[in-house]
Amino acid sequence: MPETYERTVLGAEEVRRALTRIGHEILERNRGADQVILVGLHTRGVPIAERLSGLIESFEGIRPPVGRLDIGLYRDDLAGRPKPLVRPTEIPEPIEGKVIVLCDDVLYTGRSIRAAMDALMDFGRARLIQLAVLVDRGHRELPIRADYVGKNLPSSRREAVAVRLAETDGGDGVTLVSEAPPAGGGPK
Amino acid sequence: MTTASRVGIPALQDGSGDLSPGRKDVLDLDDFSRYEIETVLGNATAMREVLSRSIRKVPALRGRTVITLFHEPSTRTRVSFEQAGKVLSADVINVTSSGSSASKGESLYNTALTLQAMNADIIVMRHPHSGAPHFLSRHLDACVINAGDGAHAHPSQALLDMYTIRESLGGIEGRKVAIVGDILYSRVGRSNLWGLVTMGAEVTLCAPPTLIPPDLLRPLPEGHPFGSVRISHRVEEAIEGAHVVMALRLQLERQRSGHLPSIREYARRFCITPRRLGLAAPEAVVMHPGPINEGIEIDPDVAHGVRSMIDRQVTNGVAVRMALLYGVVTRPREGSA
Repeated sequence: MPETYERTVLGAEEVRRALTRIGHEILERNRGADQVILVGLHTRGVPIAERLSGLIESFEGIRPPVGRLDIGLYRDDLAGRPKPLVRPTEIPEPIEGKVIVLCDDVLYTGRSIRAAMDALMDFGRARLIQLAVLVDRGHRELPIRADYVGKNLPSSRREAVAVRLAETDGGDGVTLVSEAPPAGGGPK
Repeated sequence: MTTASRVGIPALQDGSGDLSPGRKDVLDLDDFSRYEIETVLGNATAMREVLSRSIRKVPALRGRTVITLFHEPSTRTRVSFEQAGKVLSADVINVTSSGSSASKGESLYNTALTLQAMNADIIVMRHPHSGAPHFLSRHLDACVINAGDGAHAHPSQALLDMYTIRESLGGIEGRKVAIVGDILYSRVGRSNLWGLVTMGAEVTLCAPPTLIPPDLLRPLPEGHPFGSVRISHRVEEAIEGAHVVMALRLQLERQRSGHLPSIREYARRFCITPRRLGLAAPEAVVMHPGPINEGIEIDPDVAHGVRSMIDRQVTNGVAVRMALLYGVVTRPREGSA
């Protein structure tokens, strides 16, 4: 296994601030939260959706419902890659006429979001679908963009963006992991 | 491939949905690890959710062909696999063969070549001869799923039984399971035995001595996987304290073959009656793979009673078979990048 280098991009405080800002932006864009359903993509989109729901409640007193979506059965690359365990999808209430905010940790090629929109369509016709992500790392392969972005993070395809959240990984933070030493030398 | 795995970063994915890396076929549960069984049961939970939607269709197997090849009568298993394939958007083709006059080896080989030519991705197969799916799997690139071969194995039934046990009792490990009936000829019993032992259940097999495999009546060598399995010839003893009572179908021709003095005597001594079920644990559930001989291996009041999981088994069967179809499709199709 080649040696890897990890660089912190967002610390726990910055993750909290980014999510707080996104919470305000969701309220501002949708003039409140009474029509909003937050839907997290398994795995790390789910805690992000839950946190945003809690934050919005603390700002406005309305707690938007939270759903969870697994896109395993909607992927376009089922063959040739490891399959994650498929987890149950839960949509808490009818999405007809509602504003759905899809929540995910990293926006990369856009293929997961394409699959998530397909999955969501099977549950009804939402009025609007928006996208909130903690990190946008570029390299899109589909015409998809996020409505709410915690941090734009230009990255190389050879690097990996690792998002850790307290609920799933025991602590918050975003790191950029690369094979080559970072510019200007690096730990050796 | 994700970027993370390319640069050798520890995967952040929690839990893989893949069956074991080298697996092409599902022939029996004797080569399934506990992890692999848990993967199938885990994916089946998500499939149950899909079956509860108003639109029961997901695109996972779009463009794939599933052929069911049944050389034996079947309703629930074939329909269950067919529905599983259709919910996953596969094209499902059903092939049934009336008894062929050709010698079995040759006919099966020719069938295999034909199915190969039809570009089948998955062949779901039932055959009266034990080992027929194993034979076919060696001659095909397609994945072969055994839907019952002779008296040998019926892995999808055992997996759906284990799913149902886990769903109703919260787990399998340490649960007491009594399997009552024709163990000798039952592929359901045999596959359940492998699966349940692998998952850590305490299994008791109960049947007249003529219907227990002779190997199991002799002392087993040290460390044999079935070393912990208990054998009983008294149904009351087997059911006492059990969390699961699983009745097996008695083939009515067993009397003619000399394994039983009479069907009536079998029913009198081994039928799961409400009184006998009273000996089981308070939360006990009753299962039967179907089709049922009411009044022979199971009393109608038990089969249709509150503890009966028989209808649930059928519903869960579709979800578990979806998980199996999803699990075996791993390799890219020929011609794709």
